[in-house]
Amino acid sequence: MTAPALEIAGLNKRFGGLPATRDVSLQVMPGERRLIIGPNGAGKTTLFNLVTGDLSADSGSVKLFGQELMGMRTPDRVHRGLARTYQILTLFPREKLVHNVVLALLGLDKLRWNPWAVLTGHRHLYEQAREALAQVGLADSAERIVAETSYGERRRLELAMALAQKPKVLLLDEPLAGLSQGERQSVRSLLDKVPRGVTIVMIEHDMDTALGFAERITLLHYGEVILEGTRAEVVADPRTREVYLGD
Amino acid sequence: MNRKSIAVAIGATACAAVPWIITNDYFVNLASQILIYALLALSLNLLLGYGGMVSLGHAAFLGLTGYSTILLVLAGHDQLTTAILSVVFSTACGALFGVLALRASGIGFLMITLALGQIVWGIAYRANELTGGDNGLTLPARPVPFGIDINSASNFYHFTLIVFAIALFCIWRMTRSPFGAALCGTRDQPRRMSMLGHNVWMIQWLTFVIASFWGSISGLLYIYYNLFMSPHAISLQQSAEALLMAILGGATTLSGPIVGAVIITIVKNVVSTYIERWNILLGLIFVIVIMFMPNGLVPGCRQLWQSIQSRRKAPAPETKSASEPAP
Amino acid sequence: MQWQFWIVQTLNSVSFGGLLFLLSSGFSLAFGLMRIPNLAHGAFFMLGAYFGATVVYFGGDFWLAALAAGVGVGIVGIALERFILRPLAGNVQGQVLVTLGISFIIADVCLLVWTGDPWTVPAPPAMRRPLLVAGFAFPTYRLVVVVIALVAAVALYFLMERTRLGAMIRAGVDDMEMARGVGIPVSLLFTVVFLLGAVLAGAAGAFGGPILNAYPGLDADMLPLALIVVILGGAGSLLGAFVGSFIVGFLYNFGIALFPDLAYFILFLPMLLVLVFMPQGLFGRAAP
Repeated sequence: MTAPALEIAGLNKRFGGLPATRDVSLQVMPGERRLIIGPNGAGKTTLFNLVTGDLSADSGSVKLFGQELMGMRTPDRVHRGLARTYQILTLFPREKLVHNVVLALLGLDKLRWNPWAVLTGHRHLYEQAREALAQVGLADSAERIVAETSYGERRRLELAMALAQKPKVLLLDEPLAGLSQGERQSVRSLLDKVPRGVTIVMIEHDMDTALGFAERITLLHYGEVILEGTRAEVVADPRTREVYLGD
Repeated sequence: MNRKSIAVAIGATACAAVPWIITNDYFVNLASQILIYALLALSLNLLLGYGGMVSLGHAAFLGLTGYSTILLVLAGHDQLTTAILSVVFSTACGALFGVLALRASGIGFLMITLALGQIVWGIAYRANELTGGDNGLTLPARPVPFGIDINSASNFYHFTLIVFAIALFCIWRMTRSPFGAALCGTRDQPRRMSMLGHNVWMIQWLTFVIASFWGSISGLLYIYYNLFMSPHAISLQQSAEALLMAILGGATTLSGPIVGAVIITIVKNVVSTYIERWNILLGLIFVIVIMFMPNGLVPGCRQLWQSIQSRRKAPAPETKSASEPAP
Repeated sequence: MQWQFWIVQTLNSVSFGGLLFLLSSGFSLAFGLMRIPNLAHGAFFMLGAYFGATVVYFGGDFWLAALAAGVGVGIVGIALERFILRPLAGNVQGQVLVTLGISFIIADVCLLVWTGDPWTVPAPPAMRRPLLVAGFAFPTYRLVVVVIALVAAVALYFLMERTRLGAMIRAGVDDMEMARGVGIPVSLLFTVVFLLGAVLAGAAGAFGGPILNAYPGLDADMLPLALIVVILGGAGSLLGAFVGSFIVGFLYNFGIALFPDLAYFILFLPMLLVLVFMPQGLFGRAAP
């Protein structure tokens, strides 16, 4: 049997006295599309932060293809094939779009330690970056400054930076937030085109767009996994209605 | 590109010709001083402008290099060995300081560097047997690099200019390099950078070490120029002056610290020949620059130039880029 | 005599610690609240020392001198907060650097007005005679300084723990956003706390006159000490400032008396250790 792409077991995190995640366990198989839902404050983003190492867990284990990530620094986790996007845009606003993606590519390239080479002389980086931008439909905007682009374009740039790294496991934190209906559909079809070699875990509130995307759904409430199952199972379950769709 | 290299060539020639254009030794020496402080400000600006780390202890590297150079020469070592050893020693101290200072960020970083600078100052001031305390120490003679005598004002200026040009070239390469790009990234979005696979701490620490190294090189030039080292040279005020040079010129640009060093060094020398009140002026410039020109002269002038240019081309352009966030 | 040395050094340490508490309590509160170290605080102290020395020089009463120093420096403090720090709100780095610039200006103005020669300030006549207890001679004035510091500490304690103003300051130190949210006039609070710090520093300068004298460079000598106290004690913590002041008082006095070459090293070492291993300070709650 193959190891799960992402295996979380007994993950706990408290903020002061408040538990943010309680004994969270879940397994995502290679190539799977997983949706994580739950009301605000359910601990979804905290879960992502624990997986990436932005926060350190109190106890528990996170494994990427069988390899323990706990105790590993964030960049080392990234080097093992993890990538994420942020719900709150975290970009380099004064730089060109292409430069944002180049920084993402540099993160995995030994070249990043070189203080002597001329960055713009490394054409292959820029070509790769443009490809990643083209993938999200931003080919024509590569030379624009982030601060001068629209919100929808920045959302797609977030995605391009993560995709450019060719991750094995991609965490998407509300990639549709703040987008218009049309933009949502275009991001959605863009996600559909991501090859199956990439395992995707997505947090999303927009059930209409996201439901069709995910094969399995995990429902989080007050930091606990309430329910996990196929799309049909979770939608049919009364508890979903109770904690999420109900309010 | 071509116009740019012509401009650089003209600038370099002009710099090299300074001793023949102004034959007065006083002004040639002033030009040497400017280069020395410009290098100090440039090295500090790697931390300040590119890394977003405000250090208030950078003058320590003048002191560490200066004192160790004198002590090693007095102990009987030759000049070349001394120069290498003292720069290595000072940079190694910088590596240690970096480890301590990078325990914190923001104001914490500022306070630790301030404390470290004050420790170096305090040791220079109090450890009489080693450093001569308030009286300072004297270096017996300048070195004779490759058999060339650098005692005359113009020869020393050319020596300084060569070292400065090498340093500037290296620093310029660094700011355009992948490492430089990563450094600016850690300044703007440290969390995102580590999520992209960059080791933020290591980038900042290496920058601290590189800044210490170039600071030490300027310390070497400083001690060769003055042939004298006392605690006053490495006080908090000296660190603050270097910081002011970078901010005044424009910390986000390569040329900013140089422009700042030219202005501050000239003002300081001219003013102090007429009145003793340099500190009031220094303080006033500090306050005025930070309150009214937080981006510094170079970016400010560049913006002005661009708006004039665009006004010429198009009659009524919108001035959108004026509201860019300051670093 | 060996015993005399230890007793005198101890008393010197305690009285110096008392002065440091007057200096650094306001510094710490302002730091905790506004999140910036006021690097002009040493200059405030020096300005207070000169104001006090001047009043005494013109025949003024000692307590009047302390009052004048407090009021005078308080005015400078309000001006700095209102006209310079306020427009830079949100730019923490700029605020810190501006206070450094102001400290250079104040130091140079002092040099201009009071010249480079130190001004010695005599202790009030009634406190000049040493107090004799069990055969040991105690300098009376230093004992008085200790008492003043203790009174100030108790007064500040009551201000912080028992008054509305104190409650608001504590709320602001703990969580600025929350304080703003519940309707505390944060902007006014900044001015009040900054003023309080300036007044205390000015008065401390006047009280310190007979012990330290007023001389150019006094500001640069005192500022690092206040910084160390706050780093040891934690920004915004009154208890921390109190304990930190006496720790630094002892380290400084005994350091200079026993290992003059390494006095600074001895002082800064504990501060570095605390910064590196307990960044929030010994008593601090929120990281600055």
